Amino acid sequence: MKILVPVKRVVDYNVKVRVRGDGSGVELAGVKMAINPFDEIAVEEAVRLREASMATEVVAVSCGPTACQETLRTALAMGADRAILVETDAELQPLAVAKLLKAVADKEQPDLVICGKQAIDDDANQTGQILAALMGRGQATFASKLVLSGRTLEVTREVDGGLETLALELPAVVTADLRLNEPRYATLPNIMKAKKKPLEVLPAGALGVDVAPRLRHTRHAEPEARKAGIRVADVAELVSRLKNEAKVI
Amino acid sequence: MKTLVIAEHDNAALAPATLNVLAAAARLGGEVDLLVAGQDCRAVAEVAAAVAGVARVILVDAPAYKDQLAENLAALVVAQVRTKSYGAVLAAASAFGKNLAPRVAALLDVAQVSDVVSITAVGRYVRPIYAGNVLVSVESDEPVQVLTVRPTSFDAVAATGGAATVEEAQAEADLGLSRLVGRALSKSERPELGSAAIVVSGGRGLGNGDNYQQVLAPLADRLGAALGASRAAVDAGYVPNDYQVGQTGKIVAPGLYLAVGISGAIQHLAGMKDSKVIVAINKDPDAPIFQVADYGLVGDLFEAVPQLTASLAS
Repeated sequence: MKILVPVKRVVDYNVKVRVRGDGSGVELAGVKMAINPFDEIAVEEAVRLREASMATEVVAVSCGPTACQETLRTALAMGADRAILVETDAELQPLAVAKLLKAVADKEQPDLVICGKQAIDDDANQTGQILAALMGRGQATFASKLVLSGRTLEVTREVDGGLETLALELPAVVTADLRLNEPRYATLPNIMKAKKKPLEVLPAGALGVDVAPRLRHTRHAEPEARKAGIRVADVAELVSRLKNEAKVI
Repeated sequence: MKTLVIAEHDNAALAPATLNVLAAAARLGGEVDLLVAGQDCRAVAEVAAAVAGVARVILVDAPAYKDQLAENLAALVVAQVRTKSYGAVLAAASAFGKNLAPRVAALLDVAQVSDVVSITAVGRYVRPIYAGNVLVSVESDEPVQVLTVRPTSFDAVAATGGAATVEEAQAEADLGLSRLVGRALSKSERPELGSAAIVVSGGRGLGNGDNYQQVLAPLADRLGAALGASRAAVDAGYVPNDYQVGQTGKIVAPGLYLAVGISGAIQHLAGMKDSKVIVAINKDPDAPIFQVADYGLVGDLFEAVPQLTASLAS
């Protein structure tokens, strides 16, 4: 069984992003980049399935510029077997990424695709669902547990009221939520080994997909900062202010 | 241009967030229809027909929609869009809507816009990115505008006063791509976290799940509040995942948010900083939560919260 894991290169989650002075976007020059944390969880899950002999091969794929090779090397160091970079310098929006991934899936014929539920840069939370639709396959988003038996995958999902479990026949698309697993740290020997694993570069143009952006992002701004209020001395003052000043109780 | 709003429901009751989505839909101008797809869900359709501003309730009652599976629902929504020429499809940016809307957009070959917090016109939106640290203005010329909207950013329309017609529509084929095995939903007499007027939220400072319940539940009961939690408290197993407030949990904006023993990580702030009044109770005077709190009380929560509960009783 082959698992395809799409991974995205994003601003590291520890970085406090800043909007460019002209509002044209977020300042990315000199900013630390990393694998999207939800994609890291997806890689971990795929590698665990292979380690449990439920899968035979884990293929990581990323769409974007040459620098995404670093992101793919991270996935390889975590245990992915090989990697594919769909290379383009063009701005990619979720629909375009999903179409590129669909083209890769047509070639690779994976039994399972595990994506992160959303990327922490654009927070779109779309790519897995779009890919499932384009593939005409079932989807299980926001997964917190996967149980594979034969060709049936049971996925526990985090939904607003609690949890729900779906059963899907493979091939299917799953998106990983936070509590699916805790990703391992890549060890130095595995980082070294990852450098020798195969990484194929496919020019995006060769996949015959229209990746032109459909949406225009015309202005970026930082939200109005909330200003700190006052410190109250004790509970009595708090109650009094909530009643008489804020009038919320 | 006509807009189709996808009702969120459990075949018995309409989720309150649907009223906020209808308010967002009204911003687009034009008629607004509401799709109620489920099984044995006529009661939901009738409640929905009384909601202000709804032109038609489209009722589709079939086994394929009982469990609200995205694959079948998306195919149905697309069929409705094609036959009735909707120019926009809106759902809440909830687990339900986020699961469904991208699939709808993909089948229509249009770009979806996620988590819209402001609508100035058709195709002119604002949405948060980078965990709410940046707001981006988005323009879309797509022939069908598919949006998920953040319920807390739009004031709910009135649940009554409307007089929509209920029209039954044909179900599409059951695609059989997924099936529901089971649900483990938290049962609570308390208001729903996403739409509560007051939220009492607890973090790691509570120490364990028993303390969480013993300290916070009486306060929430007294205030008629929903209970929430930080990601740290959820990860530590104090409460189930659906209590989580934050970028990766629920986004809330109640009139009063009480953060108890919560330090205020960025990802938590992203989920509650639009609350009207924020109160923080924490023993660490340097906790980041105090930077967004209207009223901060530095102290031991195990003393302060019972005192607060007691003083609200009198």
